[in-house]
Amino acid sequence: MNAQPKRSLAQKLVVAVPYAWLVAFFLVPFLIVFKISFSLSAIALPPYTPVLDITAGWRGIEDFLAGLSLDNYRLLGSDPLYLFSYGKSLEIAALSTLMLLVAGFPIAYAISRTPRRVQAVLVVLVVLPFWTSFLIRIYAWMNILQHDGLLNRLLLALHIVREPPIWLATDTAIYIGIVYSYLPFMVLPLYAVLEKLDESLLEAAADLGCSRWKTFWLVTLPLSAPGVLAGVLLCFIPIVGEFVIPNLLGGSRAPMIGQTIWNEFFGNKDWPAASAVAVVLVCLLVTPIVVFQHQAMRNVDRG
Amino acid sequence: MRKVTAFNIIALVSGVAFLYLPIVILVIYSFNASRLVAVWGGWSTQWYAELARDSAILDAAFISLRVAFVSASAATLLGTLAAVALVRFGRFRGRLPFASMIYAPLVMPEVITGLSMLLLFVAVAIDRGFWTVVIAHTTMAMCFVTVIVQSRLVDFDMNLEEAAMDLGAPPLRTFLTVTLPLILPAIAAAWMLAFALSLDDLVIASFTTGPGAVTLPIRIYSEVRLGVKPEINAVCTVFVAVVGVAVLAASLLAKLTGARGTAVR
Repeated sequence: MNAQPKRSLAQKLVVAVPYAWLVAFFLVPFLIVFKISFSLSAIALPPYTPVLDITAGWRGIEDFLAGLSLDNYRLLGSDPLYLFSYGKSLEIAALSTLMLLVAGFPIAYAISRTPRRVQAVLVVLVVLPFWTSFLIRIYAWMNILQHDGLLNRLLLALHIVREPPIWLATDTAIYIGIVYSYLPFMVLPLYAVLEKLDESLLEAAADLGCSRWKTFWLVTLPLSAPGVLAGVLLCFIPIVGEFVIPNLLGGSRAPMIGQTIWNEFFGNKDWPAASAVAVVLVCLLVTPIVVFQHQAMRNVDRG
Repeated sequence: MRKVTAFNIIALVSGVAFLYLPIVILVIYSFNASRLVAVWGGWSTQWYAELARDSAILDAAFISLRVAFVSASAATLLGTLAAVALVRFGRFRGRLPFASMIYAPLVMPEVITGLSMLLLFVAVAIDRGFWTVVIAHTTMAMCFVTVIVQSRLVDFDMNLEEAAMDLGAPPLRTFLTVTLPLILPAIAAAWMLAFALSLDDLVIASFTTGPGAVTLPIRIYSEVRLGVKPEINAVCTVFVAVVGVAVLAASLLAKLTGARGTAVR
């Protein structure tokens, strides 16, 4: 395929159309966020200043550049709310990704060990909840976790607790919601590698005297590393910026960073501050995102 | 030899139970006669009757379906083109930034995508509403479409295309009569995923919507934020039922037509 230096117009369009779309609606919006993060909040429409006025020519550009400031970033560094919010988001994302891995691996492994026919059914079963609304699945947990909800009544009926514990508006509820929502994203990439695992390697390890656990640590786990990496990245990155789950299941006093962006934007109407929070978040996530892209590209180019 | 051990069975049963119990409970409680969500007051369909009269929810559902239909179709077209470009065109100039822009949105937190889209629409002074949500959803969903279609293209048997070309078919004709029909199941799965993603999205839609374009998730969210309500249980049950039937029908269809499982991977 590479041997054709000249491409027809149709072929050029195949690249150009999606390329142009992504530049216009993914890259350019990003640059705008970057620009506005250096602006100041204003009571105007749009609610920030300066506004780049290209019609004013060189003068307009000068005015624009003079109006830019680092104030928003100073604010992020000085107000402990933001630092706390970033810290909490990273902590919740890291811990819940670990929980997902621990919960997802046995499920993926068990699926890959069943007969082929059953595997197909089980994969559909794991994917199916993913197709129903994210919002609905979180709402389902609000039903269960509320003060007089099913979980507390079950715990009381079984005499496990005397007083019904509070679940909603706690970090525990956030963890439950995240593990529940992201489980398919962890199970599927793990299953994809485990399914291809060569059984004879496991038999060889067993023949050579490895115990089950040792076989798992020395053979199964290393061979499933690409799936583990894919699953971890697929969960960790979006969880850091998660909004719906902490907002509905968690408390409002200690927001995650996604909630902070939302509150700055919709609550305080401070667009430049929201942009600065977003820019710093992207900087935090840039390394995992690049690793993820690299991984995804390798999968394509291998074919 | 594939062995099914007790450990595997426990992992499977508890995993599936964990995934499905909350939804089953939600469905059961949508038939609860009591207004108090926690108290079981016997079976009743009153919340469905109430739902049928709630024009705000029905309007929102209609808007959501329209947004999802238009954006899924646009995303499928753009995403399929991008997949063909990535898999078939070798190392064209600008491939790396192109691929980066395809994969980044897959994991990009929605608040960032939503915020950046909104700031773009404000910067170019477009009135926000139906079409801005469609553009935002198209951009988000096309990347998922690309991933699904390209995984099918990577597995594709190139001999079939070469045979068609050897027999004198020009590239475009080869694509339309040989390649396209063979990757159609993947394209159909991708369209469904794009549709579901759009129907489901709250965050990006909240940023990019405007007057007159309140989607179903935005509507549900504004109700749910204040607590659990039986009418919302009924909405959710209808939603789950529709999605469940659609996905089962699609996988049956895929099985009948002998297509390989191309559901989300």
